Amino acid sequence: MARLLRLNFAVVSSILLIACTDFVFCNNGRRVGDSMETEFSGFSVPLEHSYEVDDAARFQVRGSLVVKAGREPSASLIQNQLSEEDRTKLREVAAVDGLYRIRVPRVFLQAERQTDRQLDGHLTAFVRACAMVESHLSDVITLHSDVSGNLIGVSIVTIPGACSGAEVEDEVDLEVFNTTLSIMAPVTAPGPETALFLERMEQESEKKGKNPQEQKSFFAKYWYLILGGAIFLMATNSAQPPAGGAREQS
Amino acid sequence: MAQLNSLCFTFIILCGTVGAVFEDQVGKFDWRQQYLGKVRFSHFDTYMQSSKKILLATEKNVFAAVNTRTGDLFWRHVDKSGPEGNIDALLQHGQDAVVVVGNGRLLRSWEINIGALNWEILLDSGSFQAACLIGQQDNVKHVAVLKKTVISLHYLSNGHQKWIENLPESENVDYQTLYSGGNGEVYILGVVPHSHMAIVVYSAEDGEIIKQISVDAPWLSNIPSSCAVVGNGMLICVDPTAESLYMLDLHEESQFTQIPFQSLGYEVSPDFHPVLVSTQPNQARQPLSEFFLQLGHEHYLLLLLSNGQIVTLRDFKPAMLVSFATAGEKTVAAVMSPKNKTACSLNLYNAETGRRLLDTTLIFNLDPNGGQPEKLYVQAFLKKDDAVGYRVMVQTEDHTLTFLQQPGRVMWTREEALSDVVTMEMVDLPLTGTQAELEGEFGKKADGLLAMVMKRLSSQLILLQAWISHLWKLFYDARKPRSQVKNEVTIENLSRDEFNLQKMMVMVTASGKLFGIDSKTGSILWKHYLENIPSNAAFKLMVQRTTAHFPHPPQCTLLIKDKDTGLATLHVFNPIFGKKSHVSPPALPQPILQSFLLPLMDQDYAKVLLLVDDQYKVTAFPSTKNVLQQLQETASSIFFYLVDASQGRLSGYRLRTDLSTVLIWEVFVPTEVQKIVTIKGKRPNEHVHSQGRVMGDRSVLYKYLNPNLLAVVTESTDLHQERSFVGIMLIDGVTGRIIHEAVQRKARGPVHVVHSENWVVYEYWSTKSRRNEFSVIELYEGMELYNSTTFSSLDRPFAPQVLQQSYIFPSSISAVEATLTEKGITSRHLLIGLPSGGILSLPKMFLDPRRPEIISEQSREENLIPYAPELLIRTEWFINYNQTVSRVRGIYTAPSGLESTCLVVAYGLDIYQTRVYPSKQFDVLKDDYDYMLISSVLFALFFATMISKRLAEVKLLNRAWR
Repeated sequence: MARLLRLNFAVVSSILLIACTDFVFCNNGRRVGDSMETEFSGFSVPLEHSYEVDDAARFQVRGSLVVKAGREPSASLIQNQLSEEDRTKLREVAAVDGLYRIRVPRVFLQAERQTDRQLDGHLTAFVRACAMVESHLSDVITLHSDVSGNLIGVSIVTIPGACSGAEVEDEVDLEVFNTTLSIMAPVTAPGPETALFLERMEQESEKKGKNPQEQKSFFAKYWYLILGGAIFLMATNSAQPPAGGAREQS
Repeated sequence: MAQLNSLCFTFIILCGTVGAVFEDQVGKFDWRQQYLGKVRFSHFDTYMQSSKKILLATEKNVFAAVNTRTGDLFWRHVDKSGPEGNIDALLQHGQDAVVVVGNGRLLRSWEINIGALNWEILLDSGSFQAACLIGQQDNVKHVAVLKKTVISLHYLSNGHQKWIENLPESENVDYQTLYSGGNGEVYILGVVPHSHMAIVVYSAEDGEIIKQISVDAPWLSNIPSSCAVVGNGMLICVDPTAESLYMLDLHEESQFTQIPFQSLGYEVSPDFHPVLVSTQPNQARQPLSEFFLQLGHEHYLLLLLSNGQIVTLRDFKPAMLVSFATAGEKTVAAVMSPKNKTACSLNLYNAETGRRLLDTTLIFNLDPNGGQPEKLYVQAFLKKDDAVGYRVMVQTEDHTLTFLQQPGRVMWTREEALSDVVTMEMVDLPLTGTQAELEGEFGKKADGLLAMVMKRLSSQLILLQAWISHLWKLFYDARKPRSQVKNEVTIENLSRDEFNLQKMMVMVTASGKLFGIDSKTGSILWKHYLENIPSNAAFKLMVQRTTAHFPHPPQCTLLIKDKDTGLATLHVFNPIFGKKSHVSPPALPQPILQSFLLPLMDQDYAKVLLLVDDQYKVTAFPSTKNVLQQLQETASSIFFYLVDASQGRLSGYRLRTDLSTVLIWEVFVPTEVQKIVTIKGKRPNEHVHSQGRVMGDRSVLYKYLNPNLLAVVTESTDLHQERSFVGIMLIDGVTGRIIHEAVQRKARGPVHVVHSENWVVYEYWSTKSRRNEFSVIELYEGMELYNSTTFSSLDRPFAPQVLQQSYIFPSSISAVEATLTEKGITSRHLLIGLPSGGILSLPKMFLDPRRPEIISEQSREENLIPYAPELLIRTEWFINYNQTVSRVRGIYTAPSGLESTCLVVAYGLDIYQTRVYPSKQFDVLKDDYDYMLISSVLFALFFATMISKRLAEVKLLNRAWR
């Protein structure tokens, strides 16, 4: 029963959730813990990242995502700064064209209780580490949810996205993340637009109605032709002497 | 005026897309082959001595009559697919064939000469058990249908029910079979497992129970598979555990008498269930007293029952197949026995005596590329001297039907495996010998100036020689009447034509038989039967090397995967000749998750095939040193994706230099909400000619052409019509980035998807409006390109613009595919296979999300059709005119050498091949092009110039003299 309720709720809320994307800029270099409950019915999940020279997965906490659940879920991000050690490692990874990966746990955005939210497994995405370095840690993270509010995917891109081999000043540029975060819900695909089309057709027929020239009926238009034809037919019939008839008489 | 303009405008557009065939072009560029499927029941038309008809009912729910002289179809009826149209029984009496359809749902009678329906009646519900014709005093007037709980009798003449009776104790007794000996009684045999057999006898006249017997038979469980009625109502059963026969007189209330096999002097092969074969030539009379008992895979006994005693008439060992046949009053037994490895011999034996009939040997040569014989159908007839003659139809494991007559002449064969094509590819034909010679000259390494000159001269000589012989042939043929000139295609004279319009179609069928078919004529050039194919196998056909790399032969690889275990094998072959390649494929001990061709080539120009096993380890084929080195160099740019639909998990991996992989992205689609149905990528051989679309204001809207884009289609698990939806997700296969996610609410599958260029078209069922709808998604980068030189999934930070529009389609569809041309200049059409058997060529122009609702000057400039919610089916868009293609399951398109022309093959129960010209034949002169007129005008002009020049000169001269 609880499940059914949840689903119903999910459907109702997801209808209202059409293409709502909230952009939250967050760039406060505060140190935060793994998980924290915020005061406004939000909850937080860890955002982890991993960058290793051998591409092995060793995820560490990068920050925490504070998700405000509800009809229009929104998210904000509290991130740690990169330490001296991390920065050197990131540059090393970028030098060997390694990957910079992030992951978030699978969560259900519309659940009431904390226990219902977490599902096992993580959603993972990556960019090239060099792109991360060359963009000075400015990335765009998008969380994708499905119809009922489950997080199904995460994506990360850097702006600019290319690795051109540009030199980066260490201290200033690789300290703080400059992240744009958004949550994307599926858009509702349009169905066939019949109403508008019918309206247009009606308008056109009305236009036609206004034009008296086109409203004339077939007979009204071509009466002279039909009359002429009829007269011609009659004339040819009467002109021909009824030869067959004569034979009949005989 | 605006109205008129727009009308004119649509008219012009529509005119531009009309592409019907002319009457004299019928069959010129297209062909159709009709198939039946694997034969389940077969009856020769014995009503007339001279009849040349065989009735076939197949596992594809097809009922047809085939000409026994030619193998062509007289008529064919295709019923619903699936269990609803399943043919349960076929009975024949005289001119009528009675068929039970759909687990006893329908009883139909067909007139066999023209295939017309005599009558059809709906039977009461209940699962079907058996049907049989009921005769009385040498007259067959009724047909009895036995179901789980009832028996009903129907008139043969009109199908009306004579009587229907509930079976006694039907909740305990499992009634399985029917028998009638022609004395007006209907015997129903049922069994209570491990206990007894129940026999109920009804009067055919009024349906009264005459007798009800129960006989102890604790060993019996299935009557049809282990019992047969022989002679004067004697039921004979086999019991493999007790190694004996049981005999029971149905007319008397008695017990089974046991006859051990030892008393006959024979033994059953271990692990073999003995089979009884009896015959009842006339339904109004008793079965014959002679019957076959199969004791082993190749061991048959012909037995005779006389006075309650079983006598052995003849022992057949080895014998592969046996069959009874009746001609007039004579019944013969045909026995097929192995002769040597490549041939079998058939002989006729007198059924009454077991003596071999003279001059009745028939040799059946086994096709080395076919399967073993499986079933034997014998048509016996009386010759003028009253001797028995016969023809046989042999069904082999590869679903081939071969019709033979003495002494072994094959009259026809039908490749019924082609009714179930799973996947196919079209491969270019090789160049002719001379062309190849020239090609080879440039391919080889240069070895000195003189040698090269000599080689060049020699190849020129060869060319000259070929040209002269070609001329001679033309001259020679011209003298012959046209009808005698034959252009038969054989595997020897296969060569590419000027415009590469003729190709080799490599078709893979579900039975595991591969075919090579000439696309021009439809003749089968080679076939190859793969043995030991699991019944639930999935096939993937890949062209590793095309014909372009002479002297290396072209190479195709077929991946055969058992769907349950995931274990796979590779079959590598030459697609032109069908021969198995000498290249040995790698052994694959682990289940395979994914396979894909890389654009990398080894030194022999074979594309590299990568196979990913369940340990996420990658196997390369071919795996030469060269390939491994290339793989190491490019490993960091090789990405692949895996899909686990049962868990809703999509994941991406990157190759490492040691051929291991690393997980780089993961997307989870929760299976509680929606399940992944299909994933469509783009075709790798697709070319897109224009990068953008020119708008009305002369600016350019650039297309988002991501070659790694995947269209993932999901369906909701909740099937309630208000809450069900179809989801479509566009995911980048390299980065796992969700580019676009949309849901079509109140919609349901089955979903058909086409993904090409920058668009995805899908079709679904709208539960709200109860109709089929098409939806199109197009992706654009915008007014400027991000990086115009190369496309990299890793460097496209901005999401594309997404446009979408939907339309109503007035029919359901069974398959959809887009046309494909050499350079992608020609406009695209969608080829839609309809359940009605038509193949519709719908211009993509009609599925364009930029179709405006309100017409403006700019949209008119851009040639956009005003939006209309309904897509019309116009009859001239059917590319197969009146050639119905039944049950289209797939459409394959291939480019030809001509940019305007696309080759199309639709397969399902039938196979249809044709060419389409989406933008008409803009690069081809018409058939009726007037060469004479043009050349005469040219010549006339030329001479006129010459003459006028001369005249002008004379005039000038005269003037100078003046």
